[in-house]
Amino acid sequence: MKAELQPAATPSKRMSFTASPSFVYVLVSPLFLILLAYVIYPLFETFVASVSVDGQLTWKNYARFFSLEHTANLEALWTSVYISVLSVITCGIVGVTMAFLLERYEFPGRKILSVLALVPMALPPLIGVLSFTFLYGESGIFPRLFKELFGLEQVPFALKGIPGVVVVHTFTMYTYFFMTASAAIKGLDPSLEEAAASLGANRFTVWRRVILPMLTPAMVASSLLVFMISMASYTAPLIFGIDRTMTMQIYLSRTNGDLDMAAAQSTVLSVVSIAFLLLMRWYQGARSYQNLSKGISVHRTEVKSKAGRYVCMVLAFIGIVILMLPILVLVLISFSVDGTWTVQILPPQYTLDHYIDLFTDSKTWRPIANSLELSAIATVGIVLFGVAAAYAMVRLRFRGKTLLDVLIMLPWALPGTVVAVNLIAAFSEPTVFSFGQVLIGTFWIIPLAYFVRHLPLVFRSTSATLMQMDPSVEEAARNLGASWWYSFRRVVFPMAFGGILAGTLLAFVQCIGEFVASILIFTPRTMPLSVAIFQRMYTFEFGTACAYGVLQITVIIIVLFISRKLAGDKAGTAV
Amino acid sequence: MSSVTLDHVSKRFGNAKGVEDVHIHIESGEFFTFLGPSGCGKTTTLRMIAGFYYPTRGRICFGSRDVTSLPPHKRNTGMVFQNYALFPHMTVFENIAFGLQVRNIPKAEVKERVERMMKLVRLEGYGERRIDQLSGGQQQRVALARALVIEPQILLLDEPLSNLDAKLREETRYEIKRLQMELGITTIYVTHDQAEAMSMSDRVMVMQGGEVQQVGTPYEIYHRPVNRFVASFIGETNLWEGIVAGIDGSEVRVRVAPDLVLTGYTHNASPQVRLAPGEKVALSIRPETVQESAGADGENVVAGTVVLAEFTGACVNYVTSVGPHQLRSMSISQGRPLKQRGETISLHIPKASIYFAG
Repeated sequence: MKAELQPAATPSKRMSFTASPSFVYVLVSPLFLILLAYVIYPLFETFVASVSVDGQLTWKNYARFFSLEHTANLEALWTSVYISVLSVITCGIVGVTMAFLLERYEFPGRKILSVLALVPMALPPLIGVLSFTFLYGESGIFPRLFKELFGLEQVPFALKGIPGVVVVHTFTMYTYFFMTASAAIKGLDPSLEEAAASLGANRFTVWRRVILPMLTPAMVASSLLVFMISMASYTAPLIFGIDRTMTMQIYLSRTNGDLDMAAAQSTVLSVVSIAFLLLMRWYQGARSYQNLSKGISVHRTEVKSKAGRYVCMVLAFIGIVILMLPILVLVLISFSVDGTWTVQILPPQYTLDHYIDLFTDSKTWRPIANSLELSAIATVGIVLFGVAAAYAMVRLRFRGKTLLDVLIMLPWALPGTVVAVNLIAAFSEPTVFSFGQVLIGTFWIIPLAYFVRHLPLVFRSTSATLMQMDPSVEEAARNLGASWWYSFRRVVFPMAFGGILAGTLLAFVQCIGEFVASILIFTPRTMPLSVAIFQRMYTFEFGTACAYGVLQITVIIIVLFISRKLAGDKAGTAV
Repeated sequence: MSSVTLDHVSKRFGNAKGVEDVHIHIESGEFFTFLGPSGCGKTTTLRMIAGFYYPTRGRICFGSRDVTSLPPHKRNTGMVFQNYALFPHMTVFENIAFGLQVRNIPKAEVKERVERMMKLVRLEGYGERRIDQLSGGQQQRVALARALVIEPQILLLDEPLSNLDAKLREETRYEIKRLQMELGITTIYVTHDQAEAMSMSDRVMVMQGGEVQQVGTPYEIYHRPVNRFVASFIGETNLWEGIVAGIDGSEVRVRVAPDLVLTGYTHNASPQVRLAPGEKVALSIRPETVQESAGADGENVVAGTVVLAEFTGACVNYVTSVGPHQLRSMSISQGRPLKQRGETISLHIPKASIYFAG
């Protein structure tokens, strides 16, 4: 059209490089490399260890695993599945019922109950199990109380075995159902029910045809999640003495020195977990009902009848007590004098010493300092990786996106026991990925394990915030002359800050509470808090163990509170 | 200020067609609008000018400078986004100052320029407000101020009024036009609303399915649309089909129904139309040119039955069934009694108002 148009100003080398379509791969390759080094490679090394015995390739371990003569392993697999299925059912019933009651009805005590319903999230797995044995175990407070009250020979009931594991699972994992169901119910537009009613559907039909189908995706997702976590559960079987679960078998094989068998068991458990992860992803992709309505107002049915109100009040009170007891009992025992509580209902003697020791006795303080240090290091890694990965996933376009997503979620699906076994397999000799060092037995193996286990947390919270963020905001910054880095610094990062911080705090808290992987790889110098709790329990120093526990819970509650506030405030952007 | 040239620009997304061969020259200081239904490629074209997409083929030049592969932050365009894209973590002042801070302009000057701009868009005293404390219209003005304060060569507006309610939309329309004239800035405006396009633009580019249909002044695209799509998309029209019955000098007779022949002028035709006896043609008749006729006879007078009668206050609208066709007409209400549905009516279609669209 215009002959006098000048030729394009020759772009600088750097510019043409960054503008090229393959530049994005330069950006994402470190992410893939990290996942390859610390997730895939250890997984692979474990598999290698399971099929090579004395330098020979053999399927012997798998033959033994699935052999019908020595059925220990198959039994373990069966027990794990059995416990998991039971846990899903009980968690589902408790979680969904509570979500409905709390979201749809107004009754005295509702508000406090809906806050306390999330308390189990604040309990690290080990602490949860311990408080349950204190409360309801064979020598627990309640069984003894009933024995005294009714003058019985034996305790009338006690939490143990598989029912014990399931009860603990229910208490600690119903929150997954509760939260997704609450969100789904909140998102249910009441006008949908009204529309169905005006079209002639009765209450039952409304439930069957409208409400339940809309909740199904949330329920299926939570079921898969709870199943996965139950399969990975290690602490509850450990404390309740169920040897025949997968995680316990791995632990026992390792302590018996049968390393290649442990590797084989890990591999089988990994396969199950990965299968479930893929199933979950597939399902979430296949079905999700985005509510189409805007601006949903929740309407709660008020319980009006007097009798109804009393019943609700009593039930709410019982609920509150059940939810609070695990923490209260820990606090109580944390004041008890070590070694004095034997056959009494409650500990007979009390002292403040444990708390004073926590901060003054260097031997007692050591695990706290360890945990803080190990978790802080791991969290830095998790944040750097998580933010970069989230930005790449949400904003960049490249091949292998689905793969990256799966790889990031993978460590989260892998049981802690498996993560530990994998790292041991990979880093008990020098490798490129550990810069030619042996990591096992050193300080660095624990932060690495924490990093791998909690890798997805910052990634998830950050990508959720980024997805909410309108991409045109970043474009606006670019349009106003900001370079990529400038707009990331001044616009993207501040806007995603709430999400990043929430994820960071959560990751930190999870690291502080980590027990399952730590128990397999800690060294005396790096003993973290949860391992210290476990050892104190073993030596009947209940008071000190519980004081540690209370400290852990306090930190966790504070952090959860802060992160909920942040996530709540920052979630909605102004526009 | 700068002119903008799109030199045979195409954009494909994978195999999907985005924009096909857009070839236009926008003058310096011109108010130029991309108009079309959603998915027509107008926003894609704008985003290529802003630098968010790079063309698959063709070149984009600002003045004589080729910017085809220049990244967005080096183009010095000011863009107002459909949802404003304001930075929610910054105040009004910080939002407007952002582009100046990027350019390392001294603090005092930033303050002075931002305040001058806030005055221009009537937001004095709002500097410390958070974005979520503003109404939609105020947010819109912040977005405009933010885009203008950097003194861009070209102002890009992507459906800036679509999130405002009807009354505010009209007010803001004048506001944007006023600013544009005051600053004399080259402005490219994207909209699907033909009233906005008509009232504000120097020239309009009508697009559909990724292709340019017509470029012209609002008058041209309204009165001389090149094809049926433009005729029906811009304003309301009656599109009737007919067969040319005969031509007498400058007049052409077209049979639109077995017993109905209308007469128009041969020069009132799109260049795409061939007027020859026996040819099929489409007639575009604007409703406001059709008027009630006193008598039932005469050239271009048609009789029919009222199907719909609307009284809107200023206007009376009729839909009349005439043979196989429906004829919309619109006249200024002058206190005449309203015809009712089912009554017969005679309407006159002036010869000059029959346009032969492609």
